[in-house]
Amino acid sequence: MKKVIPATIIFIIASAFAMQQPAGLKAAIARGKTVYEATCLACHQPDGSGVPNMNPPLVKTKWVLGDKKALTKIILKGLQGGEIEIDGDKFHNPMPPMESTLTDQEIADVLTYVRNSFGNKASMVTVAEVKALRAKLK
Amino acid sequence: MMKKILILAYTVAIAATAFASDTTRVKSSSTGVATRDEAPITLPQGFKSVVVTSGLGKARHIVVAANGDVFVKLEKLKEGKGIMRLHDANGDGKADEITGFGNYVGTGITIKNGYLYASSNDDVYRYKINEKTGTVDIASEEKIVTGLVNKNQHNSKSLALDNEGNIYVNIGAPSNCCQVQDRVKGSPGQDPCPILEQAGGIWQFKADKTNQSYAEGVRYATGLRNVVGLDWNTEVNQLYAMQHGRDMLFQFYPELFNQKEGAENPAEELFRLPKGADCGWPYCYYDNDKKQQLLNPEYGGDRQKVDRCADKVKSIAQFPGHLAPNALLFYTGNQFPAKYKNGAFIAFHGSWNRAPEPQAGFFVVFVPFKDGMPSGKWEVFADGFSGFTSSASTGKAKYRPCGLAQGPDGSLYISDDNNGTIWKVSYSK
Repeated sequence: MKKVIPATIIFIIASAFAMQQPAGLKAAIARGKTVYEATCLACHQPDGSGVPNMNPPLVKTKWVLGDKKALTKIILKGLQGGEIEIDGDKFHNPMPPMESTLTDQEIADVLTYVRNSFGNKASMVTVAEVKALRAKLK
Repeated sequence: MMKKILILAYTVAIAATAFASDTTRVKSSSTGVATRDEAPITLPQGFKSVVVTSGLGKARHIVVAANGDVFVKLEKLKEGKGIMRLHDANGDGKADEITGFGNYVGTGITIKNGYLYASSNDDVYRYKINEKTGTVDIASEEKIVTGLVNKNQHNSKSLALDNEGNIYVNIGAPSNCCQVQDRVKGSPGQDPCPILEQAGGIWQFKADKTNQSYAEGVRYATGLRNVVGLDWNTEVNQLYAMQHGRDMLFQFYPELFNQKEGAENPAEELFRLPKGADCGWPYCYYDNDKKQQLLNPEYGGDRQKVDRCADKVKSIAQFPGHLAPNALLFYTGNQFPAKYKNGAFIAFHGSWNRAPEPQAGFFVVFVPFKDGMPSGKWEVFADGFSGFTSSASTGKAKYRPCGLAQGPDGSLYISDDNNGTIWKVSYSK
């Protein structure tokens, strides 16, 4: 009987965290949308479909849905152009580095937005994750 | 119905294979035979179009030999081939036999004096061609130009030849506006712009000399950010080019350009190019609202200052921003009505940097000419390629016009690099 009480408490705490995650997610997506519209939309387009041969799509690609560190590095450091290949198609335009333009918060928010928009569904990118990677890449 | 078409197509493919001749045959039935859909486009009264073929993929520039065979340069290999030859056996305009050769991707292709010229994104090749039969001697392949700047961005090498044995090759600048950090908001313009030494212009080489590079070439025109459409005008013996104007004016300079102005600026420009012409990039742009060439904001421009742009060559026609002119063709045929003679057709690939404003372009326009200069306002000639009924993203466009060519009977051919559709447009009273 005594053991049930701590278990219940843990359950309640865990539930509270579980509830908090979607709430935080929603806010991050909303903030990220603003960042996307100001910084990313011109090239990647309002629906994330990109521009053939030039700017890669952000819709259900391994680059967006896969390794968060690799994705975050692209935002921070940019690309020369030609590195991204999707279904045999290459994309020629460079990705400008955003490390001097966007804050850790903005990068976390915009990546969370992209990973949960245009038909995508993936975990959040946190400020701590962006901060750690930025420090590591310095 | 569909099955019957496929069976028929397959039969034709087998029959065509039996007539294999000069070029390496594309064996797969998916490319060995012409696939076609309706691909309706709109044209002026009296004009009609036939789909020559579709499904070639990234069909960039095109050229038509004297026998009517259409040669298509691909930016993505199809069955390992980068140049496709379309042969119409029965004269109905539709390709009955498709063969391929050349194992490199690229954009440029043209024919002159018994040679077919084609470009990769680094080099220019040529092949002997019998124009009466369309037969290409693949073994005669020579690399005439090599080692040109290719850094992905703006890397297509368009081709034009004059009547004196010279070939003109565009080398696009791998940059938006020569900023220290390309496409980074707030990064200043490099002054002078070092990119102009090996790119951002048109280079002239000998059409019959192998392995030429910068040392053997002449920088014929400079200050051109990226040209995809260029043509030699035989009426006045001069080179003309369509420049793709710079991007991101609204995104980088919202204090100078509102969202709508950023979509409409800068102009896409048509230049007439005497030897030595400097058209102003990256220092200058053409402002469609102020109707003049002005200093770019990366170099201190404020939509008022002309500064060093006063000395630059001025464009002879301007178009709305970001429409992406990918082909230029002076019409010398006799099939179309008289007003088209010696005028310019321009294929606009369609915009992306107008977002969030609606995208535009995706059409072929006509500019009437007299004595080598525009003699009237441009008009839309062929439209309906995008299939858009409302605002949509560039990637959703069904077809994107990319290449133009004139057939021996005066018909106009249009290519699309989205699906690889080729149209033949002809006129009858």
